[in-house]
Amino acid sequence: MELFFQYMVAGITYGAIYSIVAIGFNIIYNTTGIINFAQGEFVMLGGMIAVTLNNFMPLPSAILATVLITMIIGALIEMIFIRWLVNPSVLRMIIITIGISIIIREAALHIWDEKVRALPYFTGTEVTSILFFGAHISPQVLWVIGICSVVVVLLNLFFNFTMRGRQMRACASNRNSARLCGINAKNMVTLSFVLSAGIGALAGCVISPITYVHYDSGAPLAIKGFTVAIFGGLGNSMAAVVAGLILGILESFSI
Amino acid sequence: MGNKKYIQTIGFAAAVVSIQIITYFSATGYFLTQLTMSGYYSIVVIGLCLLMGYAGQISIGHAGFFAMGGYITAVLTTFNFSPFVKNTLISLFSKTGILIARQDLYGGQILSFHPLFACAGAVIFTIVVAYIIGGPVLKLKGHYLAMATLGLGTIIYKIVIGTTILGEADGISDVPAFTLIPGLLEVSGKPSMRIQNYYFAWGLVIISMVFVLNLIDSRVGRALRSIHGAEDASNAMGVDTAKYKLHTFVLSAALAAMAGVFLTHFNGGIGPSEASIMKSVRYVAIVAVGGMANLWGALIMGALLNFFSMRGYFGTLDDAVFGGILILIMLFAPEGLLKTELFKVKRKNFQSAEKSGEV
Repeated sequence: MELFFQYMVAGITYGAIYSIVAIGFNIIYNTTGIINFAQGEFVMLGGMIAVTLNNFMPLPSAILATVLITMIIGALIEMIFIRWLVNPSVLRMIIITIGISIIIREAALHIWDEKVRALPYFTGTEVTSILFFGAHISPQVLWVIGICSVVVVLLNLFFNFTMRGRQMRACASNRNSARLCGINAKNMVTLSFVLSAGIGALAGCVISPITYVHYDSGAPLAIKGFTVAIFGGLGNSMAAVVAGLILGILESFSI
Repeated sequence: MGNKKYIQTIGFAAAVVSIQIITYFSATGYFLTQLTMSGYYSIVVIGLCLLMGYAGQISIGHAGFFAMGGYITAVLTTFNFSPFVKNTLISLFSKTGILIARQDLYGGQILSFHPLFACAGAVIFTIVVAYIIGGPVLKLKGHYLAMATLGLGTIIYKIVIGTTILGEADGISDVPAFTLIPGLLEVSGKPSMRIQNYYFAWGLVIISMVFVLNLIDSRVGRALRSIHGAEDASNAMGVDTAKYKLHTFVLSAALAAMAGVFLTHFNGGIGPSEASIMKSVRYVAIVAVGGMANLWGALIMGALLNFFSMRGYFGTLDDAVFGGILILIMLFAPEGLLKTELFKVKRKNFQSAEKSGEV
């Protein structure tokens, strides 16, 4: 029974991360209709930048700065590579985002190096554990689950109760009608890149103490996140959470 | 299309011969090694160009097929089957000459497959796998197809990395030479065989090229282009789109596997990096640079870029160069380099010549 809880918690932790990556996919898919193959790289960038910034500033501000920097990177990527394309074909967009992911990865390899890094545990150390129904849980796991839940709730509130969020949803459901209503669809696309870069980076910060981060750690996460996004139905963020948890739990129990 | 493609083919063959002669007289014969390797990679590019440019189906897993061919031939020609000689199948193989005994590096006797049968086995296995996988995968479109083929490439990479018999992260080395004509032609890295190997590789390229060129000129090629243009419409016109897509996929996988087999014999080994996603992306990049539906462009770009990359001109930026090329081409010239504004004037001059030649 202890083992059951142990695996369960591990599954939920990974599931939470997969959900966050999948939500990142969904946000961009909703506003642009493209799959951003560089989504995993945002997670990697988050972890990497946070580790570097943590060298000369305290952890909370390092994470905050990381999220902001990655958001700016996301916005720049959208403005440079995507904003000015007129009716790009799907094949073209796929290849462009794959190219972006390679460039980010190679840049990370040259800026940092191929070493594996990690942020310190947010509270306690590697060996701190909380006893929960006989299972030993690292406090970092609680951080991961907590922050992922907060992100999901905030996103939900944002999309349902703020003007910006509603505008983004309008663009998702019908871009032309949204533009007729005076919504700047292009800005919404930029905003979607900013959002998904931001939550990707946040996810990268939170998991880096457990899973570590190196320049090539984005791609596997992106593939799993995409699986989850498909599993929950592309574009459906709340279903992605459930799908992510299912995949995470399945994965941890199948070991 | 008339004689245009034959003139192009002859021109290309002449270029291949003149490059060899230039390297002979300028004492840069060592270039031929990389040129041979880039020839084999170009075969993969030809197959992928047929699949992406003409049938319009993206595959980000083609390095997987390349590695499949290479690894199977490597295993079959290096694995020692003598402990299993009691097995009826194995003894039957060894009696009929499919398995041959040879000395390994350390002087011991090992019993392994004849390279010819290993090659046939590798290509046939890849074809079977491509058939099995292609059926469900090619039903997908757009992003889903890209991710599915990406997943396929990842699976093959993980299998290679995680299987003891495939050498895990070390790959397989000591693959024997593939003797085609004893004493005259063998596919191996021996310096004395360099020129023969160069011609063999580029001969294969030309044969594949002629085959694919004829294919796209035929009924099949028109069907493929109609699929690329509008799949539903061509379906409605009675084209069996699923069948054509599957057969193109299998053909390009088989070409990749064949290239993998010969490159493995040429290099005397294969490593897991041949199966990596980056390699697949690199093939896609080359096809994109050459112009999606432009076999000659893809072939020339494939030869050039692979050659530069293997000579190490890009240094540590190797992967970044390919990523950058991919983005730039897709942003500014999605039709490929040879179709940008730059060449428009030139094309206008040749338009009358083209008109009589094309379609």
